[in-house]
Amino acid sequence: MKIALFVTCVNDTLFPDTGKAVVALLERLGHRVAFPPAQTCCGQMHLNTGYPGEAVKLVEAFTGAFEDCDAVVAPSGSCAAMVREWHARLAARSGRERLAERAAALAPRVHELSELLVDVLGVTDVGASFPHRVAYHPTCHSLRMLKLGDKPLRLLREVRGLDLVDLPDAAECCGFGGTFALKNADVSAAMCADKVAAVKSTGAEVLCAADNSCLMHIGGALGRQRSGVRVAHLAEILASTS
Amino acid sequence: MTMPTYVGMPAFPKAARAAVADTRLRGNLAHATGTIRARRAAAVAELDDWAELRAAGKAIKDHTLAHLAHYLELLEERVTAAGGTVHWARDAAEANAIVTRLVRATGETEVVKVKSMATQETGLNEALAEAGITAHETDLAELIVQLGDDRPSHILVPAIHKNRAEIRALFRARMPSAPDDLTDDPAALAEAARRHLRAKFLSAKVAVSGANFAIADTGTVLVVESEGNGRMCLTLPDTLITVMGIEKLLPTARDLEVFLQLLPRSSTAERMNPYTSAWTGVTPGDGPQAFHLVLLDNGRTATHADPVGRQALRCIRCSACLNVCPVYARAGGHAYGSPYPGPIGAILSPQIRGIGSEVDASLPFASSLCGACYEVCPVAIDIPEVLVHLRARAPKRPAERAAMGAAGWALNSAARLAAAQALAGRGRRFARHARVPRAWTDTRDVPVPPAESFRAWWRRTRDGS
Repeated sequence: MKIALFVTCVNDTLFPDTGKAVVALLERLGHRVAFPPAQTCCGQMHLNTGYPGEAVKLVEAFTGAFEDCDAVVAPSGSCAAMVREWHARLAARSGRERLAERAAALAPRVHELSELLVDVLGVTDVGASFPHRVAYHPTCHSLRMLKLGDKPLRLLREVRGLDLVDLPDAAECCGFGGTFALKNADVSAAMCADKVAAVKSTGAEVLCAADNSCLMHIGGALGRQRSGVRVAHLAEILASTS
Repeated sequence: MTMPTYVGMPAFPKAARAAVADTRLRGNLAHATGTIRARRAAAVAELDDWAELRAAGKAIKDHTLAHLAHYLELLEERVTAAGGTVHWARDAAEANAIVTRLVRATGETEVVKVKSMATQETGLNEALAEAGITAHETDLAELIVQLGDDRPSHILVPAIHKNRAEIRALFRARMPSAPDDLTDDPAALAEAARRHLRAKFLSAKVAVSGANFAIADTGTVLVVESEGNGRMCLTLPDTLITVMGIEKLLPTARDLEVFLQLLPRSSTAERMNPYTSAWTGVTPGDGPQAFHLVLLDNGRTATHADPVGRQALRCIRCSACLNVCPVYARAGGHAYGSPYPGPIGAILSPQIRGIGSEVDASLPFASSLCGACYEVCPVAIDIPEVLVHLRARAPKRPAERAAMGAAGWALNSAARLAAAQALAGRGRRFARHARVPRAWTDTRDVPVPPAESFRAWWRRTRDGS
């Protein structure tokens, strides 16, 4: 199957290893990966910060870049949720009826990584090996907008050598929330402190999630505290054969 | 005794900073919200048809709001026919003036009050005090708030920010009838309050209440509660004055089947609340002989005019959204600068008050958009959607507007994004000294940009594929 990668602007710019991991993983499973070069950003930051006019331009750019693709994968729950839950709605509310139709037609073909693997490709054992103790943070938009449920956990359970531990209060937000982390830095840091305490209580070496933006926030605090716990995107663990 | 007003409240982040640092408040809130959160989940899980009930609750409210003028006029007609008097209040000042005039006409200088969000919203107690009328709150938590010259910090449990040791100290200081050997045992505290309140119930001639629901086609008004103080206030005095937001309406009594399941399970995690009082106008020889219903607009018509924002008017004040909110649990209710705290307050206050003040402009941003509130809302208010909608309307700082415009420009072209990434990659050795906002770096390390972006790697290694 030919799968178009929407790497997302955050991964593209700050976490290219996540994009490389998706490519390695899908190719190992026998699929072809394309990278439509016109892609940039889903528009989530602009929409959620109160700039829908800027966001709708990015909806148009995204739709133009991907509408010819049969399947699109995004290694980010919140970006996939933005595309699926918001693009058509935002276009319609901005009076862009034609764009809303195009976005609505594209949305069902856009998948977060674990959805693509479990629902579209029908695989849970991806042949990975990762001999470490891992805690999984489900991230809010993956959990409540995409309703990923236990798909990421089913994938992680099949990884050789991986010791998956339960994260207490896993469904509680880490406090990132995009520009919330800056606009309400004190509350954000308080939420992060509790998430970090929960992670440390598990004895995990690695905290895994399907969103690098949440991991940048939690990992930034874990690093600041020299906690010895590192973060890894789901794609990087699933790509690993070490 | 006057309660502080909400005028001049600071923006949410500033008020929240103090709350986040308050060890005792954090402990009280984490314990209280954590407990009720788990109990609500269990109470809701008992019903197989919760999703259908929730959809029905949403549909009934949406239908009522779509035909609000019709149902309000019907309610007025039926209440009047049953011997009640209906008053229309455009805003808080009008509502307070009407209630003050009605109390004055009775010649009384004291009223007992049933817990009411509408009168918190209008600041009725302060308005009555200015007119020389003392209002006694009779809900236990509202009494605690009133005795402490405090503000409510939760819709259902307004004194959630106080623990029992603090309440004991308050009763000893401010409640003359409290015994000298009062302990902080909850039963002892409740008994002291009961004795204090019983005297008020037996002497009061006028009561002021809010309303949970009003039935348009019968003119019946309902209050649901747990303590029985409401039942006392609604039955013993000669005159009953009810202040009700115009969105509290339901078309028929049949609709209660849905809401009397949704509300208690979402709110107190009870299958049924202990007291449900319903009255239709006045009944000769039984209960209050004068009944006044004050229908309050106070920004609701303006809220209703917004097709996205109007869903906030479906709210039945259960406070399930507060109890699951990670921001509320750490910032507390006072930071929201309104009697309506938490996620629902963040979308309700800026709509009914307008987005003009510093605190109201900051409220739509007082959320990480985690969506836990929407998940538990018994009338399916998509709170994150309304927050995002209100963020677009909120005033922006010029520096932010410029930065977001520049980011939008760079992101709107793959070539411009690639150029920005190349620049970041070249400057990566300076990343640790880069001007990242302190709001980030105070508590978190900054990721170092990679030497090569994903798209540059793809172009270098895969070009042509």
